[in-house]
Amino acid sequence: MTSLPTPRPGGKKLGLVIDLDTCVGCHACAVNCKEWNTGGHAGPLPDYDPYGPQPDGVWFNRIHTYEAGEGETGRTVHFPRSCLHCDEPACVTVCPTGASYKRAEDGIVLVNADLCIGCKLCSWACPYGAREFDEDEGVMKKCTLCIDRIYNETIPEAQRVPACVATCPAHARHFGDLGDPSSEVSELVRSRGGYDLMPEMGYRPVNKYLPPRKNTCHAPALPAPATHNASPGGNPNGSNVGERLLAWLDRALSS
Amino acid sequence: MTPAISVIFFTTASGAGYGLLALLGLLVPFGLVPATPWFGLASLVLALALVSAGLLSSTLHLGHPERAWRAVSQWRSSWLAREGLAALLTYIPALAFGAEWLLARWPDPAAAAFGVLAAAGAIVTVFCTSMIYASLRTVRQWRNAYVALNFFLLAGFTGALWLAPAAQFFNPATWFPEMLALLFGLAGLVAKIFYWRRIDRTPGASTAETATGLGHLGRVRALDAPHTEENYLMREMGFRIARKHARRLRGMAVIVGFAAPLVLSIAALTLPATPALIAAVIAALLALGGVFIERWLFFAEATHTVVLYYGRAA
Repeated sequence: MTSLPTPRPGGKKLGLVIDLDTCVGCHACAVNCKEWNTGGHAGPLPDYDPYGPQPDGVWFNRIHTYEAGEGETGRTVHFPRSCLHCDEPACVTVCPTGASYKRAEDGIVLVNADLCIGCKLCSWACPYGAREFDEDEGVMKKCTLCIDRIYNETIPEAQRVPACVATCPAHARHFGDLGDPSSEVSELVRSRGGYDLMPEMGYRPVNKYLPPRKNTCHAPALPAPATHNASPGGNPNGSNVGERLLAWLDRALSS
Repeated sequence: MTPAISVIFFTTASGAGYGLLALLGLLVPFGLVPATPWFGLASLVLALALVSAGLLSSTLHLGHPERAWRAVSQWRSSWLAREGLAALLTYIPALAFGAEWLLARWPDPAAAAFGVLAAAGAIVTVFCTSMIYASLRTVRQWRNAYVALNFFLLAGFTGALWLAPAAQFFNPATWFPEMLALLFGLAGLVAKIFYWRRIDRTPGASTAETATGLGHLGRVRALDAPHTEENYLMREMGFRIARKHARRLRGMAVIVGFAAPLVLSIAALTLPATPALIAAVIAALLALGGVFIERWLFFAEATHTVVLYYGRAA
């Protein structure tokens, strides 16, 4: 059924919170996602011409890098882009066959590859470019939020998070229930001002992005005692060489 | 959006077929075109051939054409499913209309009823086709009321242009289809010009700033792309057409698709039987070519919001 499930108050909405302040743009999420999912629920994820001059293939994460703002206030922002598991996913409602669906129990948007006719209309309906067509199989592929990890009882509990979250070395990706206002991810969204991408489209994404923190030109002023007062020994203006050497060592080690 | 020839051929051919079917269903019962069985057979075969060729062509771009039958199940939510369902259902009154026409003596109320039903089915199908595009919030050039109007008027125009030579062949005194073609053609041209003005002047609501949510920092520029080579998204939705080429093609669509067929239709009204018939056939063929160009542009000029992530305007 491509009609959307009736939203239940307090219903589960699994999704990601992506921190643009800490993302370093290393592409590890994209690579680990590809590695897991090529053998997972939506696999294989094809590669075309992988060793040729124009390598291409299906990926569920794409990491962009932007410059935002000018001069001192301008900055470089790394920006991972993947399915946002929207509350109003038009990619689901446009599907003529019922292959695309949104799960009532946790809000995950999936494709049933056995029903997909490969008309590509869902990829046209997604403003975020989350769906990529598998030319080998003739069906549409998309992020599954790693349903084969998050509910997988054969792997240790700590690993039951999406592959992109598990691998992120900067801890820029967080997974949880955004339908539960007391969850860690909801708390993160509240405290950091998490926001929707293209809210004007009206798709109401579940995934949220945390904005880069305000940058300053100066290091924060910390209430630390001045080094010359704290120096255990040595006076930089001392008369003997030993005293001055100690003072230099102290400065060098504590800076 | 990348223009797929199979889909362009589908909307052009089936548009003309449904236009012809709708006009037959509405005009024949009221005696506005000849009701002879041979005319009925020829014109309905032409209409259903155009429709069927278009529908078959539309399955060519599918990853799994053999599963196309599944595409009618989700009519509650999907305009594509509604279109498929309407297209299939329209065959029933269309074939019944044809059978009644060939067997009944006019005036025949059953044939008239089937004709009106077939016309309604044809109009609904064309409307559903246009809504597949007009319902997408991601493509600003498609998300407006002109799209449905354009599809409707151009189906009527090309349908009337095929009705004209068919009716003339069986009754050279027929003039009504030509008048209809002139009416639909002029209205279609005006609507298309308004459509082009609109898409040239109305910017999209989404920008790189809203797409990334980084607008509060200032202007957003793409610095590094996620991949070095073109991927599916850029191939399917990143098609670009130079403004200069678009202008030239718009001019061609106006001349080949509208101006020439309209002049030829006026000529067909004044010329003796045989040259009039030839003029009418050329007018119908030219209009199909012109609408093909117009439909190609409909895709080529459409921009998708995903290109915002790749540093381009949508």
